[in-house]
Amino acid sequence: MKNLFRAALCTLLLLSCRDEQIVIPGEKTQVDSVRTEVEYTGFYLLNEGNMGSNKATLDFFNFKTGIYQKNIYASINPAVPKELGDVGNDLKIYGSRLYAVINCSNKVEVMEAATARRIGQIDIPNCRYITFHEGYAYITSYAGPVEINPDYSQKGYVAKVDTATLQEVDRCIVGYQPDELEVVGSKLYVANSGGYMGAGSTAGYERTVSVVDLASFREEKRITVDYNLHRIRKDARGDLWVSSRGDYKNHPSRLFVIDSLSQQVTDTIGLAVSNFCIVGDSLYAYSVQWSYVSFSNEISYAIVNTRTREIITRNFITDGTDRQLEIPYGIMVHPRTREVFVADAGDYVSPGQLYCFDPAGKKKWNVRTGDIPAHFALLTSTNF
Amino acid sequence: MKLQFFLMLLLPAVVPAYTQLPFDSVQHLQELEVVAIRFSEAIPAQRLSGERLRALNSFSVADAIRYFSGIQLKDYGGIGGLKTVDIRSMGTNHMGVFYDGIQLGNAQNGQVDLGKFSLDNVEEIALYNGQKSAIFQSAKDFSASGTIYIRTRRPRFKSGETHHFKAVARTGSFDLTNFSALWEQAVAARLSSSVNVEWIRSSGRYPFRYRRWHADGSLAYDTTAIRQNGDVRALRIEAGLFGELEQGRWNAKLYYYNSERGIPGAIVNNVWKRAQRQWDRNFFAQASWQKSVSRCYDLLVNLKYARDFMRYLNPDTTLLYVDNAFHQQEIYASVANKFAITGYWDVALSADWQYNSLQSSMAGFVPPLRNTMLVAMASSLNLSRLKVQGSVLATQVKEKLKAQTGFQDAGASSLPASAPDKREVSPSLFLSWRPLAAGPLHIRTFYKQIFRMPTFNDLYYTDIGNAALKPEYTHQYNLGFQYSRNGDRCWLRNWQLQADAYYNEVCDKIIAVPKGNGMYRWMMMNLGYVEIRGVDAAASGMFQLSEHWTAHLRLSYTFQRAQDFTERQNKELQQLTWGGQIPYIPRHSGSVVAGSAYRQWRFNYSFIYVGERYHNSANIPENYEQPWYTHDCSLSREFGWKQLQARISLEINNLLSQDYEVVLNYPMPKRNYKLALTLEI
Repeated sequence: MKNLFRAALCTLLLLSCRDEQIVIPGEKTQVDSVRTEVEYTGFYLLNEGNMGSNKATLDFFNFKTGIYQKNIYASINPAVPKELGDVGNDLKIYGSRLYAVINCSNKVEVMEAATARRIGQIDIPNCRYITFHEGYAYITSYAGPVEINPDYSQKGYVAKVDTATLQEVDRCIVGYQPDELEVVGSKLYVANSGGYMGAGSTAGYERTVSVVDLASFREEKRITVDYNLHRIRKDARGDLWVSSRGDYKNHPSRLFVIDSLSQQVTDTIGLAVSNFCIVGDSLYAYSVQWSYVSFSNEISYAIVNTRTREIITRNFITDGTDRQLEIPYGIMVHPRTREVFVADAGDYVSPGQLYCFDPAGKKKWNVRTGDIPAHFALLTSTNF
Repeated sequence: MKLQFFLMLLLPAVVPAYTQLPFDSVQHLQELEVVAIRFSEAIPAQRLSGERLRALNSFSVADAIRYFSGIQLKDYGGIGGLKTVDIRSMGTNHMGVFYDGIQLGNAQNGQVDLGKFSLDNVEEIALYNGQKSAIFQSAKDFSASGTIYIRTRRPRFKSGETHHFKAVARTGSFDLTNFSALWEQAVAARLSSSVNVEWIRSSGRYPFRYRRWHADGSLAYDTTAIRQNGDVRALRIEAGLFGELEQGRWNAKLYYYNSERGIPGAIVNNVWKRAQRQWDRNFFAQASWQKSVSRCYDLLVNLKYARDFMRYLNPDTTLLYVDNAFHQQEIYASVANKFAITGYWDVALSADWQYNSLQSSMAGFVPPLRNTMLVAMASSLNLSRLKVQGSVLATQVKEKLKAQTGFQDAGASSLPASAPDKREVSPSLFLSWRPLAAGPLHIRTFYKQIFRMPTFNDLYYTDIGNAALKPEYTHQYNLGFQYSRNGDRCWLRNWQLQADAYYNEVCDKIIAVPKGNGMYRWMMMNLGYVEIRGVDAAASGMFQLSEHWTAHLRLSYTFQRAQDFTERQNKELQQLTWGGQIPYIPRHSGSVVAGSAYRQWRFNYSFIYVGERYHNSANIPENYEQPWYTHDCSLSREFGWKQLQARISLEINNLLSQDYEVVLNYPMPKRNYKLALTLEI
């Protein structure tokens, strides 16, 4: 019996051996054919990763080789403890550097644009989105000063960071929970959402765009738009396209145009918009809205002409793939070929898919991404 | 004669509890057990009790439950960390937890944090798959997919004794300070009382280490840090009255628990410390009265009133500020009747009523009320070699929402007001057969269909809740055997082997589905479907090595193939998750518990193994979770001076100091120690 006991113990000990945890290697997939590209090298795709999972990952697609590389950050930067971080929220390339805003890791990761090799990080609590102007990075953050008068409230701010030193040099308080931001001329426009304030009642949401003078770095004025603003991007003429999330109940998401000269809303497009990408005079948009009638997500796609401000088409996916996508969560259009890349975030907890459609809206290819594929950054030959 | 008969039936179940050691109260217990469970179970439970339970280095009920087969514990680490139990991969919400015979509820999220229940005063933990297959019980006992019964110590006096006093002091790693005191008093011939107070304080600080390697074996990174914000302070007070009746007994008890804890949170890049806090205040009063009114009629009445308060605070200025308080109330009444039609044929009828309410300071929250009626009809046939038990449970749930005050959001009017009424009927059938007339082999099988109600959070949580949710159903099919022998040879006093194979389905599984776009918005939906195929096996033996030297061994093993067959809209995404092992369920897991006693000395060793897992149904390398296994040891010695008995014990947990995680990004403690001193009069 004693031998049996010993045998059982040994067996269990042997069975229970485990390997050391290795850095997860990236994965390469040939998804498209080799082609000649001069100006555009490829794009990075930032996968957000669900909150608390620490699974923000970076993928890269090379236009020239047609190879899709998944999860490249950890293998390129294996010495970084706990990898890229928790919840990637924005990705941009400025000069020769790639900036990834990692929301729940309270940092902006700074990498070489050509290689994704880490250079350093900028610590910004609850950072959201980033833009650049004349050597400075501007980053929105929800975590401004706390006020208790009498209720707890906390405005957001824009941090001004010197891209040469990666040090914050100034800070400008804006509205509640500021999201995207854009520079036109000498002004910075910030879309305030009020996302934390409006959960109980719609009136709590922000409905303004803050206009910040870049020279003084102070908020100059507010432009009233609509509840719960999210995206703000300029078109070829410097007019601003702003999307609102609505209140998720009765007040729908919408798309607005701010004339940057008059600094007023001049147009409202009757279109729900979750995200969009402007290429030339075409604004490619999609929307996911929850319907309490059908108890499902209602998904739509559209192209808006930014010059005429008319909806050109209500669907740019023509082969039926649109009915299959669960949660479109990111979009990018190739400036030259007009191929459309749409990321499907699926159930937010398992890997998503990236789809490539040709200009006619037919699926060219699709590939597995990380969890919650969301943010694209186009790499051009000038970024080397 | 009759007593002996019941004892015989009960024996297989109680066998592992046999010991003959000075600190053991199990012998006394058995006599009472016969009174308590007069109506035999078709399928016995897995049990841990008495000395065996005490020797397990376990601090909370959750720690001890890990040694059962078929169980997976989700542990977020440390003394204060959340610990929930999943039975046969069906999900935490399908587990019913009963404390001294009456269910512990949490209508808000359906989870009972077993880490909050100290083992200090617990005498026995029993686990039943399906249900306790004894028909004389409240309707609630029929209402879960699996049940855990926690039984606290009940005063027992030898003739001439009038009181007992016990004090325990513990200290150790994580800056643990833990005191408890128990006072038992014989009030009258058939009435006794008990008061138990426990105080726990721990900083919850422990070092943890993350390491990654290159494929060639060189180090990529190696980081050690201290777990922060895992502190806990808790006070528990229990008081009870215990009475004996002519052919029956009763008890009444009060329970109070008050705690404050930090929520240590996930360790992610650039965030090594969290600030979230949680306060809990739980109070309940419960009473149970049971009597054999006549030879053919038995009556059991249970009553309970519970109040729970929980406050969650997120003061972290980098995140959404949250300060929400939740108040829950529960009123519960149950009557169970058993009629003996013949000596071998019983029928039982029980009816329960339960009222739950939840209030919250959360913005946009509309407080719900729930009335639940449960009626169970059951019958059992006890033939000499065959036992059959069947039951049907009818459940009716009615809910309404309290009028909204100070909340003028028109948007909410587009939501359904409250969940529609539900009426569900769920059957079960249990069979136990002894193929050899004299043999100790029992073959058993059961089928059970049961559901869990969507919780208040599932239904009404601001923005996420979905009042249209249906109940989540489970179907269980089980086939197994048990073989036990007593005193074959003098050194092997008894041994037992049991194994079960099962197939379970979880239908209309309630899962969170992304809603709309951005900001991590979710909606609860009945979309999931899971199939579980598994084998549980357990073996135990008691050895008498010499007159003063005994040893025991317990082995358990679980195999589970729990596959996600949830249909998805995107077939390319479905490919990845279809048929994948569901999150955190290992295919292989097991435990070994070995102990030995020599005169006043005791040594105990326990080993837990949890095989590789994935934290998502997409079973890809990115979602892989390593196996983990811990070795725990304890050594204790008893001392006695006249009336006073003392015991000192030293525990070492995670002996090999393995760095492991049960839940992604929640590092567990490395090697840690505990020292305990017990005094008893």
